[in-house]
Amino acid sequence: MKKVLVSGKVEGIVLKSENPINFLGTVDKKTGIISDKNHDLFEKSVKDTILVFPSGVGSSVGAYTIYSIKSNNTAPLAMICQKADLTVATGCALANIPLITISDEEFSSIKNGMNLSFDTDSSNQIHYQ
Amino acid sequence: MELTREEESALKGEQGEILQMAYRILVATGEATDAEKLVPIEWAHLSGVNYNTIGDAGEEFLSGISKNARVKVKTTLNPMGFDIDNVSNYGLNENFISKQLSIKNSYETMGVIPSFSCIPYEIYDIPKNGTQVAFAESNAAIHANSFDNLKTNKESAFSALASAIIGKSPYSSLRKEDNPNITIRMKVKNPNELTYGMLGFFAGKIGDTSVNISGLGEMDKRQTKAMCGGMGTSGTCAKFIFGEGDSDCEKIDFDEKEMQNVHDELNTAEKGDLITLGSPQLGLDEISDLAGKLKGRSFQKRCMVFLPRTVKEQARKIGYTNELERAGCEILSDCCTCLSPLISKDNVDAVTTNSIKGAFYLKNSNGVGVNLKSLSQIVEDETR
Repeated sequence: MKKVLVSGKVEGIVLKSENPINFLGTVDKKTGIISDKNHDLFEKSVKDTILVFPSGVGSSVGAYTIYSIKSNNTAPLAMICQKADLTVATGCALANIPLITISDEEFSSIKNGMNLSFDTDSSNQIHYQ
Repeated sequence: MELTREEESALKGEQGEILQMAYRILVATGEATDAEKLVPIEWAHLSGVNYNTIGDAGEEFLSGISKNARVKVKTTLNPMGFDIDNVSNYGLNENFISKQLSIKNSYETMGVIPSFSCIPYEIYDIPKNGTQVAFAESNAAIHANSFDNLKTNKESAFSALASAIIGKSPYSSLRKEDNPNITIRMKVKNPNELTYGMLGFFAGKIGDTSVNISGLGEMDKRQTKAMCGGMGTSGTCAKFIFGEGDSDCEKIDFDEKEMQNVHDELNTAEKGDLITLGSPQLGLDEISDLAGKLKGRSFQKRCMVFLPRTVKEQARKIGYTNELERAGCEILSDCCTCLSPLISKDNVDAVTTNSIKGAFYLKNSNGVGVNLKSLSQIVEDETR
């Protein structure tokens, strides 16, 4: 991992998107389902996944969406990005969802459906297969 | 980012959940912006006040944390959705009003000064040169950095709130020295506030964190505010540095052609059914000037004038509000054109304004047409 933005320890199944995510308006706050027809995760739920995507985009109010999905128990277990943006960073900080950034090589080698784990307190390695 | 032992302990939760969350926000923001440490700030100005923008999630969040969170430094607040003095004239629904009042109450409980203004730099004394502050309102951050010798990044609602609670901000970007590699050269002759708004909008699209700017003449408050408002609307850039910059800076001209491009992007209507003045809100100088321009004249259509409550009170004492109301103005404090729930495409097709910032949000958020005119032109065309 490159940076630890919000620390934590997680293990879960990867849900990967090649598209950036605009949390405001793209993710349903109640269900955690992606509602944007043009998104590659359309109709998929982010609930209890390790959500891997390039970066967040769009309004900073999207941070409240991340807080809402956490309050509604439909949030990812953790998020992993290529690039840290302030909306996702502050949203994960509000909701206490672990958030790290990784290199482009690591980003390409992580695939949908993999089992992935990391613990920011003990090492800066992520494990996946 | 390096944290002191005390900061580490708060981040671990040893000083309570609220401080832990606030530190989590500052650490996440600091890591995202490559900050090396946290530095003390003396003043925070918060966005995330208007129920129209933060919605139920924001209202619930603020209500929750206000039970325990208290701000540690002087903290002021952006506009909300309406002016309680005349909200009954605008047909807002009960739910909006009660949620907005809950947000107001949460901020007041936390110790925030209920200024409901986007021009804190105009209604409060400015601290000494170089003071670190945390302003989330974009036009205010740009004004603070460019004209008031203060230092702030363009904070998010969350980093500004966390900074207010902790009294510190991540030391990154514009808090340090900044050397932009782009210089914008103002080439348009005889500029008015609309021209400066378009210049700011143009600069905000080009610059990343700051830009050099040259060719500016003497500017009045209306023009400097318009330029800051314009820049804050179009990008992430948060500082004008006056001058040509280094010789190897890329030079970009803002000429008649570039101005026309911005105009064509934001001006979508030939005329408006309603006029709005203020985004940023008007200060006392602008109210005085407006009262002078309107002597013996009256608007032929509705004209909403937005200003901070403190300015409204001063203007009332001097007699300006009487003069403006006589001329047909609706005077609104605590709120602003920008993201106003009081203007809806259900009853308005297009709005005439001299504000580039207002135009952007009217077009994109309210979904109404926009007719851009300078204030002098508005008075000439729309009053008799």
